[in-house]
Amino acid sequence: MREPDITEDLIAGHGLKPEEYQRILEIIGRVPSFTELGIFSAMWNEHCSYKSSRKWLRTLPTSGPQVICGPGENAGVVDIGDGQAVVFKMESHNHPSYIEPYQGAATGVGGILRDVFTMGARPIAAMNSLSFGQPGHPRTRSLVHGVVEGVGGYGNCFGVPTVGGEVRFHPAYDGNCLVNAFAAGLADADAIFYSAASGVGMPVVYLGAKTGRDGVGGATMASAEFDETIEEKRPTVQVGDPFTEKRLMEACLELMATGAVISIQDMGAAGLTCSAVEMGDKGGLGIRLDLDLVPVRERAMSAYEMMLSESQERMLMVLRPEKEAEARAVFDKWDLDFAVVGETIAEDRFVVVHGGEVKADLPLGTLAGSAPEYDRPFAEPAEAPALEPVPEADPVEALRALLTSPDHAHKAWVWEQYDTMVMADTVRAPGHGSGIVRVHGTDKALAFTSDVTPRYVRANPQMGGRQAVAEAYRNICATGARPLACTDNLNFGNPEKPEIMGQFVRAVTGIGEACTALDMPIVSGNVSLYNETDGAPILPTPTIGAVGLALNPGELIGARAAEGDVLLLLGPQGSHLGASALLWHLWGREDGDAPAVDLELERRHGEFVRANGARMAACTDLSDGGLALAAFEMAEAAGCGAEIEGDGLAVLFGEDQARYLIAASAEEAAALASAAEKAGVELAAVGTLGGTDFSLGGSRAPMADLRTAWRGAFAELFG
Amino acid sequence: MRAAVVTFPGSNCDRDLALALERSGFEVVRVWHKDTALPAGIDLVGLPGGFSFGDYLRCGAIAANSPICREVVRFAEGGGHVLGICNGFQILLETGLLPGALMRNSNLKFICKTVTLRVETALSPFTTLLGEGATLDIPVAHHDGNYQASPELIRDLDSEARVAFRYGDPLNGSAGDIAGILSQNRRVLGMMPHPERASEAATGSSAGAAIFDGIASAFASA
Repeated sequence: MREPDITEDLIAGHGLKPEEYQRILEIIGRVPSFTELGIFSAMWNEHCSYKSSRKWLRTLPTSGPQVICGPGENAGVVDIGDGQAVVFKMESHNHPSYIEPYQGAATGVGGILRDVFTMGARPIAAMNSLSFGQPGHPRTRSLVHGVVEGVGGYGNCFGVPTVGGEVRFHPAYDGNCLVNAFAAGLADADAIFYSAASGVGMPVVYLGAKTGRDGVGGATMASAEFDETIEEKRPTVQVGDPFTEKRLMEACLELMATGAVISIQDMGAAGLTCSAVEMGDKGGLGIRLDLDLVPVRERAMSAYEMMLSESQERMLMVLRPEKEAEARAVFDKWDLDFAVVGETIAEDRFVVVHGGEVKADLPLGTLAGSAPEYDRPFAEPAEAPALEPVPEADPVEALRALLTSPDHAHKAWVWEQYDTMVMADTVRAPGHGSGIVRVHGTDKALAFTSDVTPRYVRANPQMGGRQAVAEAYRNICATGARPLACTDNLNFGNPEKPEIMGQFVRAVTGIGEACTALDMPIVSGNVSLYNETDGAPILPTPTIGAVGLALNPGELIGARAAEGDVLLLLGPQGSHLGASALLWHLWGREDGDAPAVDLELERRHGEFVRANGARMAACTDLSDGGLALAAFEMAEAAGCGAEIEGDGLAVLFGEDQARYLIAASAEEAAALASAAEKAGVELAAVGTLGGTDFSLGGSRAPMADLRTAWRGAFAELFG
Repeated sequence: MRAAVVTFPGSNCDRDLALALERSGFEVVRVWHKDTALPAGIDLVGLPGGFSFGDYLRCGAIAANSPICREVVRFAEGGGHVLGICNGFQILLETGLLPGALMRNSNLKFICKTVTLRVETALSPFTTLLGEGATLDIPVAHHDGNYQASPELIRDLDSEARVAFRYGDPLNGSAGDIAGILSQNRRVLGMMPHPERASEAATGSSAGAAIFDGIASAFASA
């Protein structure tokens, strides 16, 4: 097949800037072939190369005694004792999900699960953080349905419990929804698999599903802004097959147990290209691929298409040759493809042969290591506009407005479409703060949460970055578990605009400060830039996924608040209404600064909660909607009303940080009060659980009415 | 007491079913869908939940034609006990061991939540320890759990007391809120809810353990 000539249009169509193309010419000393151009564009796009973000990602804390493997592999690996490790990562699939919501979301889940089991871990928990446009936007309803069904369709069939997540709405996501998928797996700490190849002349083996034309150029598409040509991009979205992925996972874990695997890498973005180059580069080796041996499901595919296909459910492995028969038998058992498609070579070359012709011959190390890195100009974010006067409102009616908003309405409509209990180790399913999953066969449990408040990040990127980590820390502490580490999924607009780059830089600064102060290093992550449509950026959304560990069930704080319990507020009285949920949902206002995050106070309060958890009937962190929303949710879970003291909207709805709401019996409340005094932390009774009304400083409504409104609102909007 | 738990490609509750049976005293042998014989001395076969063969074609349809299912049918026809949960129930219908069909949920969505079940008959080893009229809270997780059958068949199931469980509240469009049914010899049970996910207090509920304990006690006293 004759390959097209390299023209300026072709170069631009591959998302390569003229200066980047010049660099290619310098590296290889000749005009690249069409296949080579495709390979460069795949390796150098923003999605794969982190060219705008790398400089700043390097500033994040990524190590600690608990960290076995930080960023740079398929997922992060963290020690959980007894020779076990939790392996986790969060990754975005924003652009594909906007183009084709079901498959985009489904393959987002598939990709992150593959990242986890590629490292030798069996996935045990999933979460997702979803951001949609306003409910009235013509696309929102179909996106909500499609994305939720896609997440469920893939995870449910694969057989991983979805134990947490977030769903938010804002007009800034009208033209660019966000789908961030998290997965965590369990592995033996001494049986983690990495991607670095070793040994010359070792067979390179293709595993899993066959290669088709789906997803060709997907990573390049995901590294550009959207405009009115979006419909033409539908063929760049991959199609998921969770049934094949489930078999691939079982086959890979069986294969790893045989000792046959030298190194392994999943084929995600830019498929065969990225996986082969990564394995060769990390091992300091070259790779030779013979595409005639690649299992295909379409005829007459070109080398270009095969190298850039993003067909799902595929892996590339370097095999111990003496184990080939044993390895092949595992894949035969699971009816999956197993094909030797190449070998490792001593020279630093990436050679791709197809139909007897060399279609690409590139210096592998340079291809991997010379991706452009930009120090993009950035503008320091402007100070947030001062908070204008806040009008009066009846507190319970204000609460009702929050409860019936799509952001804060009860989300059973969403999570009941996810299998939250498969694997039979779910201790706490969605709807009660962090998800909790028992470590199979042990007394240990892992807590999972995903957090970010994009309103704050826009108002004040640095404080918003801090807050995302702090809220994740609180959500883990509120379960009684010890926060271990984080993964970050940084979703921003076009980094070529200095004000967007400024948001990114300062948000990363804030995340780094908080991760250091709270001892939650970043062990994996993903950056998604160019989240803009027709020049309008999303809210800066650096999602933080966090994992905590409880050594035994006794460390976990219960979810058993009941009538008669005293409600205690740990931390200062509410005062901060800037950039709050109340302002936004009642008056559509976003003025004011983000709340200040005092990391030292966060740490002291988190440690107080964990040290005294046994005395608490329930504990939740305070975030959006402040004391009022937290108290309502606690009363609702207890199946009764509540009397909350507090005068004024700022006290009831303020979103000051480092705060928790605790339910405890009168006796335990007294003990907690003295413990607080001893620890020097602020703890005050703010109400009691009981009765049939929910009352905020005397403003009251029947609990049954509020409950019905809360539980019905989401289905009313989207059902 | 020995039980076989079958794994099909796409099964994802096989481990949990095996563990639940072990907790009730069974020795469990894991069986692969390509196997052509059941292990010797088996008292019970468990068909687990999941998405056998991806639920492609029709839920359970491909699994029902796998080599092991021919043996499971032979085992049941010889008077053996079989428990099919969720996808296992769908497979039992496709093999013809149980009558009727499971259609897509009436809301066309996957539904995962804990529901209240009512025990409709104590006359089976699976329900003997629960007793008629008892209620138990057990999770469901399915996309195709809407049980349908001809009016004559529904009448027969009722008159022969072969409805094992009904949902306390309408859930998925099932005729008569049927959640599980028995074969004529009362030794084959198919049910959509997942008792194996509610068989340990450590994960929230052990309400489902009585089903496994019931089968175990039937064999212990046999």
